[in-house]
Amino acid sequence: MPSLGADMDAGTLAEWMKKPGDVIHRGEIIAAVETAKGVIEVEVFEDGILDQIFFQPGQEVPVGQVLATICAPGEYQVTKAPLEAPATVAELPTVEIAKPNGPDAAPAAQPAAAPVATGPVRISPLARRMATDLGVDLNLIHGTGPGGAIQRADIEAAAKAQKAAPAPAPEPVPTPVPVVEPTKAEIPPKVEAAPPTAPAPEAKKAPDYQTAMRQAIAAAMSRANRDIPHYYLETRIDMSNAMRWLAEENTKRTIKDRLLPVVVLLKAVAKALTEVPELNGFWIDGAHQISESIHIGFAIALRQGGLITPAIHDVDTKTFDELREAMNDLILRTRGNKLRSSELTDSTITVTSLGERGVEKVFGVIYPPQVALVGLGKIIDQPWAENGMLGVRPVLVATLAGDHRATDGHKGGIFLEAFNRNLQEVEKL
Amino acid sequence: MIGEKSMIKMAYREGMRQAIREAILKDERVFLMGADVGRYGGCFAVSKGLFDEFGPEKIRDCPLSESGYTGIGIGACLGGMRPIVEIMTVNFSLLALDQILNTAASFLHMSGGIFNVPIVIRMATGAGRQLGAQHAHSLEGWYAHIPGIRILAPGTVEDMRGMLWPAIEDPDPVLIFEQQVMYNMEEMVPSNPGPVDIEHAKVRRPGSDVTLITYGSCLPKSMKAAATLAQEGIDAEVIDLRTLRPLDNEAIFNSVAKTHRVLIVEEGWRSGSLSAEISARITEQHFYELDRPVERLCSAEVPMPYSRHMEEAALPQPETIVELVRKMVQ
Repeated sequence: MPSLGADMDAGTLAEWMKKPGDVIHRGEIIAAVETAKGVIEVEVFEDGILDQIFFQPGQEVPVGQVLATICAPGEYQVTKAPLEAPATVAELPTVEIAKPNGPDAAPAAQPAAAPVATGPVRISPLARRMATDLGVDLNLIHGTGPGGAIQRADIEAAAKAQKAAPAPAPEPVPTPVPVVEPTKAEIPPKVEAAPPTAPAPEAKKAPDYQTAMRQAIAAAMSRANRDIPHYYLETRIDMSNAMRWLAEENTKRTIKDRLLPVVVLLKAVAKALTEVPELNGFWIDGAHQISESIHIGFAIALRQGGLITPAIHDVDTKTFDELREAMNDLILRTRGNKLRSSELTDSTITVTSLGERGVEKVFGVIYPPQVALVGLGKIIDQPWAENGMLGVRPVLVATLAGDHRATDGHKGGIFLEAFNRNLQEVEKL
Repeated sequence: MIGEKSMIKMAYREGMRQAIREAILKDERVFLMGADVGRYGGCFAVSKGLFDEFGPEKIRDCPLSESGYTGIGIGACLGGMRPIVEIMTVNFSLLALDQILNTAASFLHMSGGIFNVPIVIRMATGAGRQLGAQHAHSLEGWYAHIPGIRILAPGTVEDMRGMLWPAIEDPDPVLIFEQQVMYNMEEMVPSNPGPVDIEHAKVRRPGSDVTLITYGSCLPKSMKAAATLAQEGIDAEVIDLRTLRPLDNEAIFNSVAKTHRVLIVEEGWRSGSLSAEISARITEQHFYELDRPVERLCSAEVPMPYSRHMEEAALPQPETIVELVRKMVQ
């Protein structure tokens, strides 16, 4: 389970796109994972054959757990197929999730024969003792402890629920009793089997992305404010040249291909970062790590609330057109919850632009472990004094929030100066 | 109790100084011996002023030979005296380990029950003062391995003040491990201090959610962590072991039965540590009280670094305790 953000502890496996035995290539998407930030696709970084999968859709998996193993083409043995056995158990409730290999798994439905990866029920000794004392059926309980372990609180909740309801009728046994721990996905049908008055035993509510995302943002921002000594710089930039160049450029383009100011601004940020690489990177474990690649995390507000800052990769080496396409693609996929794992974790700096909301300037909070955030406001016509003359110019207020552990205001100033210079010479970008 | 009229402020170092003084005045068989304890006043200034007050008979400077003078102390015991032997640090005490283990701890057995060795050996232990890898380890867990001796680890000024006299009265060897880093720590203690109990652990802070088992310099750190956790609604119980051998099983087990979650915090190295022993006892005898695995927070398994930030990073800290407890009770 990859970490798809600094504050992610676990993700829920949503779907396997590949099944054991499938040939897979580097860069392919093999699974989808639900996180606080939506459904993220999991890429692989090796060529090979998908060998064993250890978790089924619906299961929550801690970051760092092995989801599946990949073997070299020669190593794969067809006899390993029975590992799919648990899938038959999970299949009943997961109708809404496309199962690519439903029929294949049927002949090998002999759970005891294969080393079932989900293992025995994880339960604390105290909880096991209490369950015996209170007559609680462990198969009906979803553990909330580390790694899904059942703990005292889970037993107490189940005992309470059991008390409130009449004694449950003996459970019908339509399928062989699974030896695996009940996963979240399995719970719904079991609840139906119990008397209708029995409250659902700890069946987790459908994940509330709104709340989860709010919590993820809260955690990251609290950490930022707690750990990062921010400094802030602000500069006003005359955008006359840039806007003129854009207007001219866009007359040569179809409406679909027109460049928005933000594309130019991102490119100018990336170019300025090549001059001041110290702002592009991370502060991890008390050390400053400068990143060679420039992946700009671009803050995208979601209609339903919250925001995501997916990475636009290698902005410094992209042309305006490549950048425009990358942004369009990214915004669409962000709003459609279709981001890739690398896009959520790779950002080396963040740019937030609140211009379209009419905000004149924005002072941001750095997204840890990054060390800088560039804030861009709305481009507004303003009085501008130059060479003793007063005129009206389109003006952009650009701000920089810097991590004072990594850089000082002097560096930040050089960056903003370079950014300004780049915008005066857009044609050179 | 703090703030009552009968309380006075005292430093950890001063607690032991007064205890030595009191013991010498109380019992003519008592004397202090060790390297630099006399004219120099002790390498941690614990015996400062005592040489001037009592003279070279009672405050005996010894050559820099831990094995030699610890052996002399044992011999004095056999001759009916009640010596207090000071060894500068636990690292240096390894030179005297032969005398402590093969003689002091074994003599009652070897003599067929004829000779007790009522020696008291004091030494400084622990890190936190940038003394480097040969002066700052916490090896009391090794000594707690040895049958036949009692190991005391005062984690408060009151214990530092009150443990010496019962240690002298104990007919068998007693080792007192004083925390280097705490010598300047001041606390309120009763103005008419008496001996303290050296048999039992103490609940320093009652709580219901998790038990922190600790001693010595990790006690103030654990208390600090517990205060932080309390603000987050996590009610931690803090147990001060005080006596590392024999361990007070009952105090530990009572707390486990109450909170069902245990974190052991100590400055020793993790592998083969005192915390490993405590963890084993809990799982052996109270497995069915545990609501999650026992956790341990120990020092990094490295020679203690000299530089301050590395030394701090190698040791358990209130922040790391808080972080681990949060995970345990989430």
